Amino acid sequence: MGFWSRPKFTRPRVLSDKGIMGMNRRNIDYIGRYNPRRLYPLVDDKLQTKRIALACGVTVPDLIGTISQQHQVRHLAEMVQEWPGFCIKPAKGSGGKGITVIVRHDRTGYTKPSGAQETIDDLERHVSNILAGLYSLGGKPDVALIEALINFDDSFEGYSFEGVPDTRVIVFKGFPVMAMMRLSTDASDGKANLHQGAVGVGIDIGSGRAIRAVQFDQPVDHHPDTGRQLSELQVPDWETLLQLSASCYEMSGLGYLGTDMVLDKLRGPMLLELNARPGLAIQTANGAGLLPRLRRIEALDSQRMSVAQRVDYAREHFSIAS
Amino acid sequence: MISRKPFYAVVALLFLAGLALSLYRHFTFEVPWLPGEQRQVWSIEAKVEFEATGRPVKASLAIPGTQQGFTLLNEAAASPGYGLSFLERNGGTRAEWTIRRAAGPQELYYRVEMMADPHAEAPVPLQAPVIAPHTNQEPYATAIRQVLNRALERSADGFSLTRELIRELDSQQQNAELLAQYQDKPRLLVEMLNRAGIAARVVKGLELEDGRRRQSLIDLLQVFDDDRVEIIDPETGHPGQRDNLLLWERHSSPVLDLVGGVNSRVTFSMIRQQLPVNVALEQKFEDSNLLNFSIHSLPLEEQALFKGILLIPIGVLVVVLMRILVGLKTSGTFMPVLIAMAFIQTSLATGLIGFLLIVSMGLVIRSWLSHLNLLLVARISAVIIMVIGIISLFSVLAFKLGLTEGLKITFFPMIILSWTIERMSLLWEEEGAKEVLTQGGGSLLVAVLAYLAMNNDLIRHLTFNFLGLQLVVMAAVLLLGNYTGYRLLELRRFQPLARED
Repeated sequence: MGFWSRPKFTRPRVLSDKGIMGMNRRNIDYIGRYNPRRLYPLVDDKLQTKRIALACGVTVPDLIGTISQQHQVRHLAEMVQEWPGFCIKPAKGSGGKGITVIVRHDRTGYTKPSGAQETIDDLERHVSNILAGLYSLGGKPDVALIEALINFDDSFEGYSFEGVPDTRVIVFKGFPVMAMMRLSTDASDGKANLHQGAVGVGIDIGSGRAIRAVQFDQPVDHHPDTGRQLSELQVPDWETLLQLSASCYEMSGLGYLGTDMVLDKLRGPMLLELNARPGLAIQTANGAGLLPRLRRIEALDSQRMSVAQRVDYAREHFSIAS
Repeated sequence: MISRKPFYAVVALLFLAGLALSLYRHFTFEVPWLPGEQRQVWSIEAKVEFEATGRPVKASLAIPGTQQGFTLLNEAAASPGYGLSFLERNGGTRAEWTIRRAAGPQELYYRVEMMADPHAEAPVPLQAPVIAPHTNQEPYATAIRQVLNRALERSADGFSLTRELIRELDSQQQNAELLAQYQDKPRLLVEMLNRAGIAARVVKGLELEDGRRRQSLIDLLQVFDDDRVEIIDPETGHPGQRDNLLLWERHSSPVLDLVGGVNSRVTFSMIRQQLPVNVALEQKFEDSNLLNFSIHSLPLEEQALFKGILLIPIGVLVVVLMRILVGLKTSGTFMPVLIAMAFIQTSLATGLIGFLLIVSMGLVIRSWLSHLNLLLVARISAVIIMVIGIISLFSVLAFKLGLTEGLKITFFPMIILSWTIERMSLLWEEEGAKEVLTQGGGSLLVAVLAYLAMNNDLIRHLTFNFLGLQLVVMAAVLLLGNYTGYRLLELRRFQPLARED
């Protein structure tokens, strides 16, 4: 950095030259054009996503159960009794809202990843809130999902603080165009949302290796909590993960899609959730704009390409390392 | 991909229709673009005095009508004991007072309000009077011929002839003195013009000057040439109709016709008033047709209501601008508009203080509610009741302390405030105080901007008077909905990306 003060704002010209996509363009030219409204329920409702994923043979975390009625809330404790850890999610939640993760529980209470203790009353209240539609879009009544915890892969040890690192891949017309890993931090309270302070690591589509990392939109080199060098990050099983992501296009029918994947120690890449309105922070994490890649695919006749062909095409053309 | 052409056509259509409607209102109904414009309204009183002789009295006074430069707003006559009627005669209107028996000095009043109005035209086009044949005796005939011949040589048309005649009468002293014995100057001029084949007549005008009393009418020449008409001052020869010259009598009839009275006199007094333009226009277009499609035709109470409603699109436009072009986050998309509307009722400072007081106090109490483990609907309801409680409390407190401003706090939309508190409280729990400040601050900033726009005199005037502008706002919103460029805050957000290489 120079010793002059950084300019706060950049010129639109600079951004458009780099192909950075803005929120308005995303909404009009991609989400509005490629994502038919009628398909939204498939991704906005995690229960439906799970259903179609299972139908297509895509691996997803195990479902312990669902709670859809207020009177079922009392059965929460017995529902999770057999499971060492679990997480409670609103089926129609957005942006990671309303997700509570319990890593272990015993007679004294339920422990969150941060070590904070919750009582069964806290959890029941949380489920009630979910049912009342507190976290759902438009405040509609919702269903609570109770899912098994993911045994996350050891290769990510030290990269994430109190949370599951997940991989967001933007899939455009079935092509994985950009990827990033989201690492939870102390600041993000174990959540993988970048605007809450999670670290975003841009992942090279070609190799699955880290390109650069940002926190709060500013570049970082080390994980702020664990101090681990982020440039060493390499996602194992990258090819499988990309193929899984790319196949979500056929599964959901959505042309512009954000797929959130996790790596399970035992079961490999798993689909966590789909997002019909994926955010733009992935560009900052990658240090690159989405537009050139999206335009390249728009210009391509991709009608007959198989999942494997699409992944190969993406790895060849969207790789930084090559 | 669907062609965007129909979309742009619709936008262009909306824009043009809105513009056309507004222009129509401006030019046909003279609604000014700027607020606070005033129109001069002359209140003129004609006083007729005479001595009644004890017999039936009939007094007929020529009265003015709408004419070039002036619109008649209303008229009234005061005359105790007299019967009054307004009659049309010879194309002019007259007020006629009648009474069976009157004796002694009499006073009749006629009052008219005329609005200075550059767009006004006489309802009936002027008819040129018939040219009457004149035969003159000597020595006048020679004098008239001399003056007329000189003037004819130096003129081109009726108007220049009139001016030359006046000039000749000024320069040919002897002839002028001779002819002055024959007839007064205006009538002499009419006669000479008639000889030259030009139609003309004498009309009566009133010079308007604020606060003048006991004025009388002046003679003016109305000269017709082909289709054109000009008013010419017979003394100076200056042409043209001046702003402060009202033609009182335009058909060569006597100003006052009196039967049954003597020593009559008509005097005029006048004052100038400034009326807000909308009041003046309302009077002018009182009985206008359906085409006058404006809110002004509604009863006053509904008008006041619409004044507020028509501002909402402006507030909405501000929200759209702030969200699409700037990228501000607000809690609840259009909550800022509703808050801004409350600010309009309360005034900005009171509103801001009230809003912050209610929301911050609400948040404190809401944090206690969240421990109660309530169902959502019940909790929101509790928050609503709580907000009403807070509002009542502040109102009573403010009243006891003598702060009447504080009473305005009741203008806040309570349901909206409750939702705001609920959302802020959840935001606080989930994302921390920083996000609450960002979104709350963003909402408040947008609300203040919307308030400034909606409270602007010019904008209030335009939205209320030009319904067509709603279509223009609509077109703007549609266009903004099509904007794919960067938001202002994205230029900062992605600024680290631009710094590299």
